[in-house]
Amino acid sequence: MANGGIVAGCLAPHPPHLVYAENPEQNEPVSEGGWEQLRWGYERLRESLKDVEYDVIVILSPHWQTYVGTHFIGVEKCSSKSVDPVFPNLFRFNYDLEIDVELAQAIHDQAKSEGMSVKMMTNPDFRVDYGTIVSCHMVRPEWDKPIVSISSNRSLSYYSVEVMQEMMIELGKSTAKAIEASGKKCLLIASNSLSHRHFVTETNPPEDMSKEHITSHAMHLWDMRMIELMREGKSQQIINEMPEFCEQAIAETDGGALTWLLAAMGVPEEPAILHGYGTIIGTGNAIMEWPCRNWGA
Amino acid sequence: MQSWNGHVETGVLELTGEVIKSLIVPAHPHPVLCPEKNEGWQRIRDAYDNARKQIEESDADLIIIYSTLWPSVIGHQIQADPNPEWVMVDADFHDLGSIHYSLKIDTEFAEAWNKANIARGLESRTVSYHGFPVDVGSVVALELLNPDNRIPAVICSTNVYSNRAETTVLAKSCMDVVKAQGKKAVAVSVMSLSNRMFTEPIEPHEDRIHSLKDDEWNRKILEFLEEGRLEDVGQLSRTIHDQIRVKKVVAFKPMWWLSAMNDNRNDLTGNVLAYEPIHGAGAAVVVLDPESNGTGDKEYDEDNVEFYGGDRDVLDSNQSSDGEATQSHGPELYDPVEGETAVNTSKAPKPVGAYPHARREGDLIYLSGVGPRQPGDNSIPGGPIKDASGNPLNYDIKAQTRAVVDNIARILEEAGSSIENVIDVTSFLVDMDRDFKGYNEVWAETLGKVGPTRTTLAIRALPTPIAVEMKVIAKA
Repeated sequence: MANGGIVAGCLAPHPPHLVYAENPEQNEPVSEGGWEQLRWGYERLRESLKDVEYDVIVILSPHWQTYVGTHFIGVEKCSSKSVDPVFPNLFRFNYDLEIDVELAQAIHDQAKSEGMSVKMMTNPDFRVDYGTIVSCHMVRPEWDKPIVSISSNRSLSYYSVEVMQEMMIELGKSTAKAIEASGKKCLLIASNSLSHRHFVTETNPPEDMSKEHITSHAMHLWDMRMIELMREGKSQQIINEMPEFCEQAIAETDGGALTWLLAAMGVPEEPAILHGYGTIIGTGNAIMEWPCRNWGA
Repeated sequence: MQSWNGHVETGVLELTGEVIKSLIVPAHPHPVLCPEKNEGWQRIRDAYDNARKQIEESDADLIIIYSTLWPSVIGHQIQADPNPEWVMVDADFHDLGSIHYSLKIDTEFAEAWNKANIARGLESRTVSYHGFPVDVGSVVALELLNPDNRIPAVICSTNVYSNRAETTVLAKSCMDVVKAQGKKAVAVSVMSLSNRMFTEPIEPHEDRIHSLKDDEWNRKILEFLEEGRLEDVGQLSRTIHDQIRVKKVVAFKPMWWLSAMNDNRNDLTGNVLAYEPIHGAGAAVVVLDPESNGTGDKEYDEDNVEFYGGDRDVLDSNQSSDGEATQSHGPELYDPVEGETAVNTSKAPKPVGAYPHARREGDLIYLSGVGPRQPGDNSIPGGPIKDASGNPLNYDIKAQTRAVVDNIARILEEAGSSIENVIDVTSFLVDMDRDFKGYNEVWAETLGKVGPTRTTLAIRALPTPIAVEMKVIAKA
């Protein structure tokens, strides 16, 4: 089988607040809403993807943190409750999802053949991280597509942002090769925010939007700069500036997801679509889409 | 009578609790799931077993876990589910298997610690949710130190942004409750020494400390701990983190917490039970007993903070981010005014003006207005009613009222009288609608049984962020 491809790439942040504010039946806490700018952004993303055909969602989340290489879930059915250890008051989500183990294994094997440290996760008791669940739910709340779940290899912690990027670029290329060989059409998700300095107190109720804003002007400037670069299709410049961005904005892109996404899409020069921007407990979050299907490659 | 921190009292607060043992233990699941695969992992397991026996042979009635593997953002979180149960799978070492855990939590202590944190200016909350993912470090430590849940435990997170002052205050508020509840506590820091692991899978027999440099630093740390110099390790914490720690979010904070739990001492009795690699990281089991080994001394190198006044409440941009909570939470404190008939005691909080705690005139003792602030640290049981910026906070009127009664008892005992001799009380509440019921319940349990006359007034504010104050006249 061949001629699979990436139909779109998305930057899809995963703060649990968004699912909490949506009040889906799977989530136990109940809210009065909140963070509408971002939730409407996700609505626009879903509308943009409404008529796009794809078989699998491939997602890399910084909240499955692995220090011994990159891991892939290798269990076909995952069903449990995901409780966010940081915001358990907001996110206690009962999930029941399907993993495309075949594609996960294919990406794993491709990456391994190119010298990367990789591992399949086959323990049936494993709980899927909340970042993966939040991003997937906000992009596709129907949960009718299988996913490939990829861990965040914390090479940043062990080495540097530069090393992280080199590894994620290679992983992105491997991902693209495996997808093409699989014959499957895939939606890629980088699950992370931009600037990532939190408030350390919480409002009562948490969805009190009168208290929501970016933590500092510097964080705002960085977020706007990265969004502009994405909108202008300057992916290589994003990668070039990633070390400064990660350091100065404490950016969650340090988990490698955005670099992996850009590399998988061939470091696109086409502009990304901004569907929404907003802050969540002070962190900056942008919902972006690279509509690869329209590029005529 | 039961106070804000759950301590059962008959009169004056008795400070009887203590840390009877402190432990440093590793967090990786290998000693639980596959010790037989590597001699070093087995030695860690044996050392864990040794520590468990020491705990069993002691009169410990509480295990306090500070885990570096439970990061938090909104202040510190304390586990308050009485029986957390689930199946834990390590994010990296999932192939080693699963650990089914069912823990017993001392919820009364957890709630009291949370309140004590707030009283000392920390952001803090308890968590009690079915399915909450107890972190691998806490699960491993409790599985090996307390497998039958013989001793209840309490688990606290590591705030990713907390600095040394905040971590020190976290320990002090914990000790407030340990002392007040009369606990014989085992304090446990779950952590690696050097934490750099191999970034690729290895065979068990290939395990070793990742680098010679890491190994040398680990051995130096253990040399200090063997000599009981815990505070010295705390003071070197930032240096150690720079030298041998992969820059994960929580730094090398647990030594700050553990040292503060031991009054920042350098003369403990240390015993390193094991030191081995686990996938390249430095894993050690260390037991520190409070008995002085006769060497070292307390040499605290920074401000020994009692209250946290850092960058909490950053949601409100209009406030200052510095200054001590004691200053921002109320007026200047005075030494009580001396005089021929004055009655003053260090067991009562300092006045907020130039007046004595009480005066004895003839057969009567007149007390100045008494609030719930605690002597020494000025903390407010049940929490302050507002923060440094004036933002209202949730507080426990019952705990405040009990603390007022405790303070009255202390002052009267200093005067040679007792709480049983109170004949008239005027009470002041800042929020009659909210607080009268709780205040009245505590009154019935305490002074109500003595039977003084009483007048209760609603007032707009008190000088400190408290909700209740009492003016008392008693027989000498």
